[in-house]
Amino acid sequence: MKNNETWSMIITPKNKWYKLNLKEIWDYKDLILIFVKRDIISIYKQTILGPVWFLLGPLFTVFTYTFLFSGVAKLSTDGLPGPLFYLGGTTLWNYFQACFNGASNTFISNSPIFGKVYFPRLVMPISLLISNLLKLSLQFITYLVFLIYYYQKTNNLKFHFELLYLVPFIILILAIIAMGLGIIVSSLTSKYRDLTMLIGVGMTLLMFATPIMYPINAVPDIYKSYLHLNPISPLIEAFRYIFTGTGLFNWSQILYSVLFGFIVLILGIFIFNKTERTFMDTI
Amino acid sequence: MNPIIKLENISKLYRLGSVGTNTFKEDIHNFYSKLIHKTNPVNINKNSGLIMDSIKSNHIWSLKDINFELNQGDVLGIIGKNGAGKSTLLKILSRVTAPTTGKIKVKGRIASLLEVGTGFHPELTGKENIYLNGAILGMKKNEITRKLDEIISFSGVEKFINTPVKRYSSGMYVRLAFAVAAHLESEILIVDEILSVGDLDFQNKCIGKMGDISKTDGRTILYVSHNIASVNLLCNKGLFLNKGELIIEGKTKIVIDAYLSSVNNSRKSYNSEENKINQINTASVLNIQNILTNVFYFNEEIHLNINFSLEEIYVNTSCIGIRVVDQKERVVFSSNSLVSNFIYNNTKNNYSVKCIIPNDVLVPNNYRITIALHIPNKEIIDLVEDAVNFTIEETGSLFHMYNGNDYGCVFVGCKWLNS
Repeated sequence: MKNNETWSMIITPKNKWYKLNLKEIWDYKDLILIFVKRDIISIYKQTILGPVWFLLGPLFTVFTYTFLFSGVAKLSTDGLPGPLFYLGGTTLWNYFQACFNGASNTFISNSPIFGKVYFPRLVMPISLLISNLLKLSLQFITYLVFLIYYYQKTNNLKFHFELLYLVPFIILILAIIAMGLGIIVSSLTSKYRDLTMLIGVGMTLLMFATPIMYPINAVPDIYKSYLHLNPISPLIEAFRYIFTGTGLFNWSQILYSVLFGFIVLILGIFIFNKTERTFMDTI
Repeated sequence: MNPIIKLENISKLYRLGSVGTNTFKEDIHNFYSKLIHKTNPVNINKNSGLIMDSIKSNHIWSLKDINFELNQGDVLGIIGKNGAGKSTLLKILSRVTAPTTGKIKVKGRIASLLEVGTGFHPELTGKENIYLNGAILGMKKNEITRKLDEIISFSGVEKFINTPVKRYSSGMYVRLAFAVAAHLESEILIVDEILSVGDLDFQNKCIGKMGDISKTDGRTILYVSHNIASVNLLCNKGLFLNKGELIIEGKTKIVIDAYLSSVNNSRKSYNSEENKINQINTASVLNIQNILTNVFYFNEEIHLNINFSLEEIYVNTSCIGIRVVDQKERVVFSSNSLVSNFIYNNTKNNYSVKCIIPNDVLVPNNYRITIALHIPNKEIIDLVEDAVNFTIEETGSLFHMYNGNDYGCVFVGCKWLNS
């Protein structure tokens, strides 16, 4: 008997908790890109208006907000024109929400494929983060159109060009938080289906706790510190600050979001890694 | 030769029943008791593969201590009844789910085909789906590009390759999907009953391709099927699972024999409950070696032994007859013989007779035999409906290629000549 046999793979009941196999995900980068392409093509082909829906949805939301919060309830918009104020927040929030929802359904919506073939399961949420960028960029272009329009109309807007480089970074952090939270939820819901209901409520609450319909400046001081716990708030405020000059821009707040994102992501990957081995038995 | 894949004590425990809120409570309970006692109430003793008492009866071992190894180029046929653990084994091998205990050691890449066309998207074209499906199965993009022409020509859907697959017929869909799978470059291929789909031509093409893969490329295949004929044809090794346990592993023929004799052993013999005169006492089916069995190959004789008792007044007029009925309740044939032809048995008025049903006549199917002791058109002395049953297994008869179609009940050796 030879003892020096070299095995290229050993399947065991449990992976070591620290074994993350991130290299394996890199090996499957072609698959990630193909999934992205699939998502985009299928959205484009299934509806008549295709990606136009990505614009109509937020526009309706923004005009409703403008009417309700700015027109009826007279909430502050930090001195910005209503549509511009709301569109900035919803653009980022929609991306966050789409990524979170996609990631949190990883196991449930992909169980037919996962039940038949193995590939690193993280491929799925990662490809979603990328394909959602299409939607984000379309909404971002709309935002820019509004921005240009209001720059010509009013002159109380200030564009912080020197911070423009932060925009992709903000989006990356949003994606990291969304994916981290999403994969934690996906691991839990694969076992406890009831949580899905709770998550729906949770997301709505989180949206209200995020300065999308109101600026953080307008919040009474006693509640402000609670809102600062929300890691998404600084990102949305910073985004507004860069493009319109209003809002709170605070490096330590942004650092908090970055740390939050990485901790949640790492925690999520560990939990996900543990779940992906046996979730097919419970789903 | 060094093994390319080796399974050591593989077991899989499944939880029965619904998984719902109950599990949350249990998990908290387990977690709590883990904190308190430092042991988990649901704990598995890894050395013996046995579970502790506290595990409830709603858990089931889908696989128990499976050990085997394969060399390069082996084609293993995995057979067993439904629920024997075949699919679980394939799922563990293809890493869809993890084993509860044990280890699998592998050299090289494993590609699994538990279903053809996994991940096919209806809106994408045939070509786009080749890339998608190929990548899901573990191919790199440039690998697929290199083989694209080969895949398309193997699939035979060249004309529609730029059409969305939602417009494909189911046959075209399957052909395209199998074409992708057949061009995987993995050392080990896992295949689950894909041959049950597609038309006859394509099935033969698949079998041929699988043969090529193992012979010329020296790749190892693990193949699960209910179709014993295709296992017989393709595999050089077999593995028979029953209720999660490995019953026998080895040469295909030996394993298939073991499997066939284990299935359908319901009524190999009949014994009368009463003990009186003028009745059929016993009946049994045996093979040519006089072994009690009711599973036969197409080319095997079926021996039916009948024992009956009869008063002398009947001897000259009565006869013993059998009627063979197939699964579709069709009477395939009847046969009888006058009792006076048989030798009088020493014991009192007792007759033992043997009826030999010739080989190469009954086509693979399940049959039941009704036995009647009677005077034709006058009196039924004793009748035993469905006294015994037997199965002719499809082990590669002339008709295996028509498997699943109704091609009749008997094989008739017609002569075919030039005219």
